[in-house]
Amino acid sequence: MAAGPVVLIDSGGANIASLKFALARLGRESLFTRDETAIRNASHVILPGVGAAADAMARLAAAGLDQLIPTLTQPVLGICLGMQLLFQGSDEDAARCLGILPGQARRFTPAPGRPVPQMGWNALRRHRDHPLLDGIHDGDYVYFVHSYALPVTDHTLACADYGGEFAALVADGNFHGAQFHPERSGPVGEQILKNFLDL
Amino acid sequence: MLTRRIIPCLDVRDGRVVKGVQFRNHEDVGGILELARRYRERGADELVFYDITASPEDRQVDRSWVNRVAEVLDIPFCVAGGIRSVADAEEVLNLGADKISINSPALADPDLIDRLSRRFGAQCVVVGIDSLSADGDWQVYQYTGDPNRTQAARRRTLDWVDEVQARGAGEIVLNCMNSDGVRQGYDIEQLARVREHCEVPLIASGGAGAEQHFLDVFEQADVDGALAASVFHKGLIDIIELKRWLAERGVAIRLLEAPAHV
Repeated sequence: MAAGPVVLIDSGGANIASLKFALARLGRESLFTRDETAIRNASHVILPGVGAAADAMARLAAAGLDQLIPTLTQPVLGICLGMQLLFQGSDEDAARCLGILPGQARRFTPAPGRPVPQMGWNALRRHRDHPLLDGIHDGDYVYFVHSYALPVTDHTLACADYGGEFAALVADGNFHGAQFHPERSGPVGEQILKNFLDL
Repeated sequence: MLTRRIIPCLDVRDGRVVKGVQFRNHEDVGGILELARRYRERGADELVFYDITASPEDRQVDRSWVNRVAEVLDIPFCVAGGIRSVADAEEVLNLGADKISINSPALADPDLIDRLSRRFGAQCVVVGIDSLSADGDWQVYQYTGDPNRTQAARRRTLDWVDEVQARGAGEIVLNCMNSDGVRQGYDIEQLARVREHCEVPLIASGGAGAEQHFLDVFEQADVDGALAASVFHKGLIDIIELKRWLAERGVAIRLLEAPAHV
């Protein structure tokens, strides 16, 4: 594995302090950058996300990162919106995303007992085995904040239920995504981040 | 299944956590990091830090404590008080807060909600509403951090709940002023009415005094979270015990030990 630092992709204004602290607790330094060489040399790449899908894609495109990210070969982890960006598209402003994984993010429909955004701790259920799930058990809680979600497919490692099941943790080759915030999910989230860094 | 949240609220003034009765006569209850760590260890689902002096007094606030909180916490937290602009919000979020909560500034400049929501996404934008019952209805109050400036905002609470959602609020914290600080239970009637108007998460605030009050507000007002301060600060209710008690009564709640570990 490359000896470089963990890189957090700077797609403009993302709140990454909590992620940096979470990585530091695991003994890993991280670099927040949009520099192509630094990203290519990273041991692991994390794609955080903030704001709306179309804006985030526009910021990635402006930095040329929409072309770079799909070509990365080290382990990549998209978090929250960053996970949704790995897919083909999102209904949020009809955004076209990176297209690395197949599927379209759809908005939760608000209903009694199902406010939108989903905000809070929801339980994971294993969908298929994967090293990211080492030490994680069905019923472990992680923290979600999102209005759009991906359906459960063969790429889903774990799902959660919010008026129907959705993809909580996904993987396809070296690309991974967490719809929840591992950096804000207590010891369970820390274990998943550790599993990612061990890939 | 999404669980109901238990949210200790830490009123911050001059770098200390304080608590008053019905917003008055504040007493010191501890240091910020010490309490943040303790509540995280006792199973709090998130924390709210409310700078009670920041909003009424027009002054620049030292927010470096937000960064120190972000460093020690691995659960989400929200910062309220003194956020009047996109730049203020950006500072707090960059220091590591997960959400920002606005109250009086949103009443003075409702478009602030739209600007914050466009810039950071609705999931970051919490609107706090201080509401007082009057003549069979509920009215919004502002500048409630300072008894000398507290005044009616000339808005019906239910109208304001509708408006802030249309403007992009991602969560509403309803502080029921009649019940705040007196520990006689949440204002179920008001919260249930607001719930009918609320498609975003709704957090109850004001009145928690016993475990039963949490059960009542979840079962009867269907709120997503319950916020409380003095019962936790004074050690009258232990969060681990409370959550176990609620889980035994069928409330979806996050226990620190997941079933598979026990």
